[in-house]
Amino acid sequence: MNYRMMGRFLSLIIGIEALFMLPALLISYMYGDHKAVTAFVLTICFSLILVGILRFYSVDAPEAFYAKEGLACVGIGWIAMSLIGALPLFLSGEIPSYLDSLFEIVSGFTTTGASIVPEVEKLSKGILFWRSFSHWIGGMGVLVFLLAVIPNQGKRGGYTMHILRAESPGPDVGKLVPKMRDTAKILYLMYIGLTVLDIVFLLLGGMPLFDSVCTAFGTAGTGGFGIKNDSIAGYSPYLQNVCTVFMLLFGVNFSCYYLLIMRQFKNVFKDEEIRMYFCLVFGSIALIAWNVRGFYDTIGETIRHSAFQVATIITTTGFATTDFDLWPSFSKAILLSLMVVGACAGSTGGGLKCGRVLLLLKSLHRNIRAVLNPQKVQIVRNNGTRISEKVLENTNAYLAAYVVIILLSYIAISIDGFSVTTNISAVLACFNNIGPGFDAVGPTCNYAAYSAFSKLVLIADMLAGRLEIFPILILASRSTWTHR
Amino acid sequence: MKIVIAGDGKVGATLTRELSAAGYDITLIDANKNVLENTAERYDIMAVHGNCATMDVLEQAGVRKADLVIAATSADEINMLCCLTAHGMNKNVHTIARIRNPEYAKQINKMRENFALSLSVNPEKQAALEIDHLLKFPGFLKRDSFAKGRIEIVKLRVDKDGKLDEMSLGELNAVVGCNVLVCCVVRNNEVIVPDGNFVLKGGDRIFVTASSDNIVVLLKNLNIISHKVRRVLICGGSRISFYLAERLIRNRVAVQIIEKDYNKCVQLAEKLPEASIIYGDASNQELLESEGIRDCDALVTMTGLDEQNIIISLYGNECKVPQVITKIAHLEQNAIIDNLPLGSVISPKELCCNVIERYVRAMYNQTGAAISVHSIAEGRAEAMEFRVDDHTKYKNVPLKDIPLKKNILIVGVSDGVKTEIPNGSSTYNVGATVVVVSGRPEVLYQLNDIFVK
Repeated sequence: MNYRMMGRFLSLIIGIEALFMLPALLISYMYGDHKAVTAFVLTICFSLILVGILRFYSVDAPEAFYAKEGLACVGIGWIAMSLIGALPLFLSGEIPSYLDSLFEIVSGFTTTGASIVPEVEKLSKGILFWRSFSHWIGGMGVLVFLLAVIPNQGKRGGYTMHILRAESPGPDVGKLVPKMRDTAKILYLMYIGLTVLDIVFLLLGGMPLFDSVCTAFGTAGTGGFGIKNDSIAGYSPYLQNVCTVFMLLFGVNFSCYYLLIMRQFKNVFKDEEIRMYFCLVFGSIALIAWNVRGFYDTIGETIRHSAFQVATIITTTGFATTDFDLWPSFSKAILLSLMVVGACAGSTGGGLKCGRVLLLLKSLHRNIRAVLNPQKVQIVRNNGTRISEKVLENTNAYLAAYVVIILLSYIAISIDGFSVTTNISAVLACFNNIGPGFDAVGPTCNYAAYSAFSKLVLIADMLAGRLEIFPILILASRSTWTHR
Repeated sequence: MKIVIAGDGKVGATLTRELSAAGYDITLIDANKNVLENTAERYDIMAVHGNCATMDVLEQAGVRKADLVIAATSADEINMLCCLTAHGMNKNVHTIARIRNPEYAKQINKMRENFALSLSVNPEKQAALEIDHLLKFPGFLKRDSFAKGRIEIVKLRVDKDGKLDEMSLGELNAVVGCNVLVCCVVRNNEVIVPDGNFVLKGGDRIFVTASSDNIVVLLKNLNIISHKVRRVLICGGSRISFYLAERLIRNRVAVQIIEKDYNKCVQLAEKLPEASIIYGDASNQELLESEGIRDCDALVTMTGLDEQNIIISLYGNECKVPQVITKIAHLEQNAIIDNLPLGSVISPKELCCNVIERYVRAMYNQTGAAISVHSIAEGRAEAMEFRVDDHTKYKNVPLKDIPLKKNILIVGVSDGVKTEIPNGSSTYNVGATVVVVSGRPEVLYQLNDIFVK
């Protein structure tokens, strides 16, 4: 393991995070929240000192950087970022316990949106902004941002691929253009563009500027922190519909937007993952609307609420306009399944990802056929091109790791004695980065009741879910830390 | 600039390394997925899997928006087809194809026209030219010419207890009896751009700039015995051997080629009636002795195996052959090899890449681009030739007053009439050719890049 190179990356990550805290600091200052201002200033100073130490340590770092370093760099980077990001919440005294602050900010960075704050409206504006902004940062990823801003990496620039692969979700991550820096720039430009568009639409609907910026951040990262106690429910139907549409848009693979910009419309409309995603969305909306008919006054309202809830769950955002915990079990079952499926690969959403589910189904289909027809040579295709066996193997391994971790976490948090529904939905909601679950962790409740141990387990789940398990998992392996 | 490279072989991979480091957008095509993935993980490039002569794959590689296609697969015919197809899809694209079959060499000009090639490169022929160039002045390990052959940079080894050992560079001109400049020293695998107080030590390899007229004087005064090459022993009957033998025979040099494949021997004998072709294994020392290795003027090792070439060359050095030239295909830029007494090391792949890189840089910046670029000191320094134009800064300013970046030297100035190895009071003017040596990692695109901003 190349520790010095790791130090260099860590210093960059922490530096960028300090930079990202400036807007929140400014807002706290404008609203005159002295405690929050002090908290941010202290955190930024502390980060800068850390950056200095790490810089000093990483002078003349050797260039060796391989898959192992890439994974570890992302894993450690995210943990460090969370530990520091939690400081403002804790130091301002608005969340009294450091563990709770950590839970809150990990939930922010991983775009989960699970909260331990009972009354959000009591938090100061600067802290609220930082919470929501953490969604936006975590959605596309800090390291991708780093790749966009640091200069080209000379002769051994290929290692940046390991970082992109480790941080971006999906079974088969690729570049849009030959240079990593340009790829990262394009991704962030599209991300910023869509976010701004979202803000504009929200402002047009009469939402105050602060609310629309925070809501747009929550939507863009598919995070789900609301700034109101009742999440989005208090806003007008127009605003709720804007959220629905944008949540669905942010759940689409960003490379599709690039293809649209490149005017390759055919490739986008024929993309199997996109088709599956929208089929799932519209199918679920129809089924749920039929199932919950009678709960609401008009058909329009029924469709609006079911569409919003489907969008919020499949894109793993976690906003709410209605308490879906009160819906009939069939609707809840659909939502629970959508939690597992998640959004498209290469989007800001979490879950298993539509693309991965598609590959799993296809390889399952192939295995069944192979039993019936052992001599037949069969290959798995996606969009007409062959999927390599390596990708299929990784996908299967991912599913195995996914199931094992969910089961273990479920057992671990069951010690606290809540109901089966609460625990299983809490683990699923955290691991898939959604936020609200069912029963005691439903949309109107929060995670404050869990014990410190359970919170730690859930924090690990959120990180593992956002980074797709392996960057976190390898940190537990001894061979990661030894020299080659 | 967007460049598509077809073929991830020796030349393709080297080009990918150099051009992606220079900051171009590289898309690499290859039919072998494993090789391709390996390269894509090392360099910042995009990889496309498939046959580079098909329109689908070229489309996917973005040929329609590319500026240059370089076809360097193992088959000449695929390279030509790839360039032809690419040109059909995008009329503005420049194309470079590697064409190495000697049978095509004669018709290459016509083929360039027919297949819409901007440039064709033949690594073997290039290597043969280079070897021929070296044999003209035996004693140098490497020789690069600039300013239409008026300025040369030659590589020499400083022998322990030799004439140059323990000499400071300030005294050098007095000893060699002409105006020369040491622009680069390789010591213990470190590249140093030296100043006047630098003291040479045995084992150093130095790069010396001199005007071409002074080359002979330099050789004589350094006691490097130099007599005309009259008999050359070539081990291995490769394509390079064929091209080289052809040139040497034209210059009335006696050529012996040792080759262990009988059919190849017959082919060579058929095409080269004046050469003597010997059927046998060149790694057999007795055979070498019986073929007179001890009284040949130069030994050139060209077998297909690097290891065998190294061993034969070491033996040649043992037998005191005045000049030894070793072909290395895979282990180029290897510090260990540079420390062995192998004489001049030739890497056809590097030579071929240098030609292509020169073309790419000239394309990138039509005005003020380097006219030629030669990599020296195991690729860790570069010697570049620029033309001074109206935009060049510091015209008519004495060199000692020009703020140059660190690790950069101006080693030669030629205005067509007068060629000089400059000192502090030299100047240059519009129209002159300036040779610059840089030990810096970044790429210098034009002459103004060498000055401190």
